Amino acid sequence: MTDEGRAATKVAVPGEAAGKPVPEKPRKAGFRNSPRYRTYLKYRFITGFLIVPLGLYAVFVISPFVQTFYYSLTDWTGVSSDFNMVGFENYSRLLDDSTFWAAVRNNLILALAVPFVTLTLGLFFAFMVTVGGRHRKGEAISGVRGAKLYKIVYFFPQALSIAVIAALWGYIFKPDVGLLDPVLPASLSPNGGWLADSKFALWAVMIVMCWAMVGFFVVLFSAAIGQIPKEIYESALLDGASRAATFFRITLPLIRDTVQTGWVYMGIMALGAESFAVVNIITQGPGGPDDSTMVLGVYLWNTGFGQLQAGRGAAMGVALFILTMILAVAALSVGRRRDRVEY
Amino acid sequence: MGSNSHVGRRDLIKRAVALGLISVPTVGALSACASGGDDDNDGGAKGDKTDKNPLGVDKNAGLEVLMFDGGFGTKYVDDDATAYQKNFGKVKTSSTEKIQSKVQGRMAAGDPPDLINNSGDEAMDVPALITQQQLADLSPMLDAPSIDDPDKTVRETLRDGTVEMGQYGDEKVYRMNIAYSVFGLWYSQKLLDDNGWVYPKTWDDMLAICADAKKQNIAGFAYTGVYPQYLGFSMLPMIGKVGGREVLDAIDNLEPNAWKHDAVKGVMEAHYELYDKGYVLKNSPGKTHTDVQTDWTERRNCIFIPNGSWVENESKDTTEPDFEMTVSPSPNLDSSDAMPFETIWAQAGEPFIVPAKGKNSLGAMEFLRNMLSKKSAAGFTEMVSSLACVEGSEEGLQLGTGLTSAVGLLDGAGENFLNPRFPDWYPTPYREKIVFVWGDMMKGGIKPAEAIDKIQGIADETAQDDSITKYKH
Repeated sequence: MTDEGRAATKVAVPGEAAGKPVPEKPRKAGFRNSPRYRTYLKYRFITGFLIVPLGLYAVFVISPFVQTFYYSLTDWTGVSSDFNMVGFENYSRLLDDSTFWAAVRNNLILALAVPFVTLTLGLFFAFMVTVGGRHRKGEAISGVRGAKLYKIVYFFPQALSIAVIAALWGYIFKPDVGLLDPVLPASLSPNGGWLADSKFALWAVMIVMCWAMVGFFVVLFSAAIGQIPKEIYESALLDGASRAATFFRITLPLIRDTVQTGWVYMGIMALGAESFAVVNIITQGPGGPDDSTMVLGVYLWNTGFGQLQAGRGAAMGVALFILTMILAVAALSVGRRRDRVEY
Repeated sequence: MGSNSHVGRRDLIKRAVALGLISVPTVGALSACASGGDDDNDGGAKGDKTDKNPLGVDKNAGLEVLMFDGGFGTKYVDDDATAYQKNFGKVKTSSTEKIQSKVQGRMAAGDPPDLINNSGDEAMDVPALITQQQLADLSPMLDAPSIDDPDKTVRETLRDGTVEMGQYGDEKVYRMNIAYSVFGLWYSQKLLDDNGWVYPKTWDDMLAICADAKKQNIAGFAYTGVYPQYLGFSMLPMIGKVGGREVLDAIDNLEPNAWKHDAVKGVMEAHYELYDKGYVLKNSPGKTHTDVQTDWTERRNCIFIPNGSWVENESKDTTEPDFEMTVSPSPNLDSSDAMPFETIWAQAGEPFIVPAKGKNSLGAMEFLRNMLSKKSAAGFTEMVSSLACVEGSEEGLQLGTGLTSAVGLLDGAGENFLNPRFPDWYPTPYREKIVFVWGDMMKGGIKPAEAIDKIQGIADETAQDDSITKYKH
């Protein structure tokens, strides 16, 4: 850091700037001897490491955010450099827009249902491949037979790009030729397949998203479960705990933090990138039929880039941002635990 | 971290991770391209006008052409590029399947390609570009002498309605459509002959054939539920036939209750009857155009599909030589129809646009002038099996059965051409909403009356939306 920078930081420290005397060491007055100096050194140290990433973050993340807020107040089309300020017109249009509300509704359904199903399945599979097996000689815990293979197989979808996964599932859902058509009973097989029916289309989207992400959580949770000391399981075993009891009383509470982080991550994927990709690739329209699978990402794309209404698209981006923030903060703060078990 | 001077390593990392995670979707969704760039570039390079260079192209300026890599491929411009380079500067051709992704940022920055083949699912919204004054008027090129006959302007060598397709409410021409498509109901003449059926001229005959076919497990009608705009190729011209041109014009002009006309009602009820009586191919709602075309040519489990004259080339891999692909106009509803059976919807397609702020707009127009020569147009027809927009450019060529029948329709139509503009004047409401209402109706989701109300609602919304530029006939 330069001298100017140091001087600036020095002034910024409260108390010192006001010329408040430092009581502990009255003989050597001055910032260098104040206890705050240590704090300052610590922050300077951390800042030194973070300055480059923070700079990149500011340029590539913060600045687009700010720009987006700004553009959402304009009638910018995205193809020329002239535009006018229109105030909150873009937002008031959204409030009257039924497709927008359909997208919000579907996004909320996805952000709640997909993490729930994905994490539940992920937890179950992770438990089974690490703890859930029969007890073998000399092992307190072990996975089911073939656990190592399962771990690898579950991870396969992660190795494929989401675009490939969505395209594969698009074929599975296709009527006449798809895998699903022959195995479903008539009542579950509408004319034209799931993607052509507004009652089934969102289910199809959810299945693809869950399928694509479960493997990631199996690996994540397996690692978290692996961190739990075996002694805890041994004592549970001696107490005669069943598999279910072991899971709910020991495994789940001890990996709670990981589950919570996973929940936020999956919720964000369901709101943003993942839902955008899947809906865009497999659904009719995309977003159809009858807006039944419309999500904000897709509607934003259609409006901002397809119809060249970048200002309105930016307003949707802001709406998506707010929705994401609310869900992320809620998920992180609900059930935050103070007494962390250290092991 | 407030008063607590200890920065917990875990907290710090956790917060950083949380912040990073939150930013993941928002970056993707929000990342806005910065606006800016110079807007003063006015068509770019200029040279001296001569007989050989009627547009006054700067002979040293390079030319950048961006092609859409779709059903027609991109090879058909290779000869044009060679010809252009003989007299003028170097041509740089590139291609993409996603025009908009390639072009939008460059337009915003004031540095677009000189000539763009604005086609495909991700074509740029032309009305919006016109409103933003991003497109050059192509009239100078159309009024220049044609390559084949210096006494005729380029405009005079084109087929009916070609220039019109580039016009948006006034005389200026913003798009040059180089292909020419004929829309109608497509079928296998062999299938009709084998069963002793004659192509239906009225809807009652249509229903009779469908009923007969149903007994043999053949569907009379199939449509593309994933891209229901294909239904328009049957619905729109039929509406014009039943009620006359004025009905389509009223629809294009966004007049109140234009869609509530009896002709619209009659046509939509007629189509709904196909569903209601079980004549529509099963699973049509979930099929793409290629699915349906494969069913139609390979499995031969359906008779009529609404389509355009590109279908012959597009489905050539699955079509047996004995298929005898043929097109005819949609049937008349009954004898009280306003226009005769021969009435067709034919339209220039495959648009090229010249950005107003390109570096060599005149060069782009010269390139187009060359593409509109008979030789180049015939080359296009030969290479991609589609008609070109140049009058008579198909003469002397060996055409497939489908294209031959399409040329026959053009010749037989006389003055009875229809050209509904709603689909290209209002692409968003049409392609994203109206056609899906048709699709919904054709799978029995809603009744025709309700569908008409919905479509009229969409049209009214369009009329009231002041962010959409309106055009009138």
